[in-house]
Amino acid sequence: MKIYPRPEPGDQPTLFHPAYQSTIRRAPALAPVRIPHTLSELTGPVFGDHALGETDNDLTRHHSGDPLGERIVVAGRVLDEDGRPIPHTLVEVWQANAAGRYRHSRDNHPAPLDPNFTGAGRALTDENGNYRFPTIKPGAYPWRNHHNAWRPAHIHFSLFGPCFLTRLVTQMYFPDDPLIPHDPILQSIPNESARRRLVSHFDLSLTEPEWALGYRFDIVLRGRDATPFEDQR
Amino acid sequence: MNPQRFVALPSQTVGPFFHFGITTDPDLGDLATPSAQGEHIELRVRLLDGDGAPIPDGIVELWQADSTGKYAHPNDTRDREPDPAFRGFGRLATGDDGACTFSTVRPGRVPGEHGAWQSSHINVCVFARGLLGHLCTRIYFDDDPTLAEDPVLSLVPAGRRATLLAHRDEGYGCWSIDLHLQGESETVFFDL
Ligand SMILES: [Fe+3]
Repeated sequence: MKIYPRPEPGDQPTLFHPAYQSTIRRAPALAPVRIPHTLSELTGPVFGDHALGETDNDLTRHHSGDPLGERIVVAGRVLDEDGRPIPHTLVEVWQANAAGRYRHSRDNHPAPLDPNFTGAGRALTDENGNYRFPTIKPGAYPWRNHHNAWRPAHIHFSLFGPCFLTRLVTQMYFPDDPLIPHDPILQSIPNESARRRLVSHFDLSLTEPEWALGYRFDIVLRGRDATPFEDQR
Repeated sequence: MNPQRFVALPSQTVGPFFHFGITTDPDLGDLATPSAQGEHIELRVRLLDGDGAPIPDGIVELWQADSTGKYAHPNDTRDREPDPAFRGFGRLATGDDGACTFSTVRPGRVPGEHGAWQSSHINVCVFARGLLGHLCTRIYFDDDPTLAEDPVLSLVPAGRRATLLAHRDEGYGCWSIDLHLQGESETVFFDL
């Protein structure tokens, strides 16, 4: 059975982070109550037998034509905190198009929609924990958090992992993005080493000649194998 | 630092534009098909911010046992099959009123630590713009005579336990609970 250590201080965002204005009235003010891990926490939804469509993971093939923008492949492995792969787990992504516009009724950014790009995909990891999303590099987009606020280019990720404790919704960023130091959402994570884990790496081995660049993003979820010491308790 | 150290990734907010990505399936509001065993209920969950204003861009996820208290998951190794007519997982976006309504069954009791039984409860994750990480809480039922013995509720300061109790709402004709992310009646969230 796995154990699920709580994160080290500074490795997760500070929920009340006034530089990100929406946290001011939405982040809880009181400390969360620590409870033990019971069957309720050690179980969780299982999607391993989900039948996904053949092109669900390929965001460039959801319409009749090719989307505009820089074609990329985002791929990596889903691992636990021992570095062991997590097979057959659901990975969901969503993102803006190359112009920085979401296909969403509340996105008012006056950048063009792309009729050939929706920007949502799903995949199950294979038996070695691998996932792969061919897509378009998303554009940066403005938001109204503060004067002249721009989000760095990012892809939203949602994973369930093996149980209720491994649920993760996060964002993947791109290397050398000049907006990263100015982004209150990423900077809400105190530890620089933890922020760096959300930045993908350019990976020549993932590129496809004459077709697409490649970015590697390995995703570590909570959980590691119990040590003999902890087994004895 | 050891480069082979694997550390769980940080969370980031789900943002305001997730709907086309992860809440496209309205079927995820129905955890129970009509043939599921147990007491069928509707459960309205509403998200409110520190000003008491509804949160119209949030997500509520539910995870629960079936009516006999069995989780459909390999870690629930007790020797019986989960109800095949019941899913256990639900996920809905909130509407303009900050609320979403699930149809499910009242879960059975599940074991806790040291052989104690937990009262019937539903495990909840809350996501929203402005939440840099999701919030975890539980929903219990206010007519449950076993609440005083629940080992998890007993860890919650007595004055705050009521924030975890759903009640029958005559106006909506269903079970209902308000989750206050902040403010005077802030809901109890758990450090798991
Ligand atoms: Fe975004």
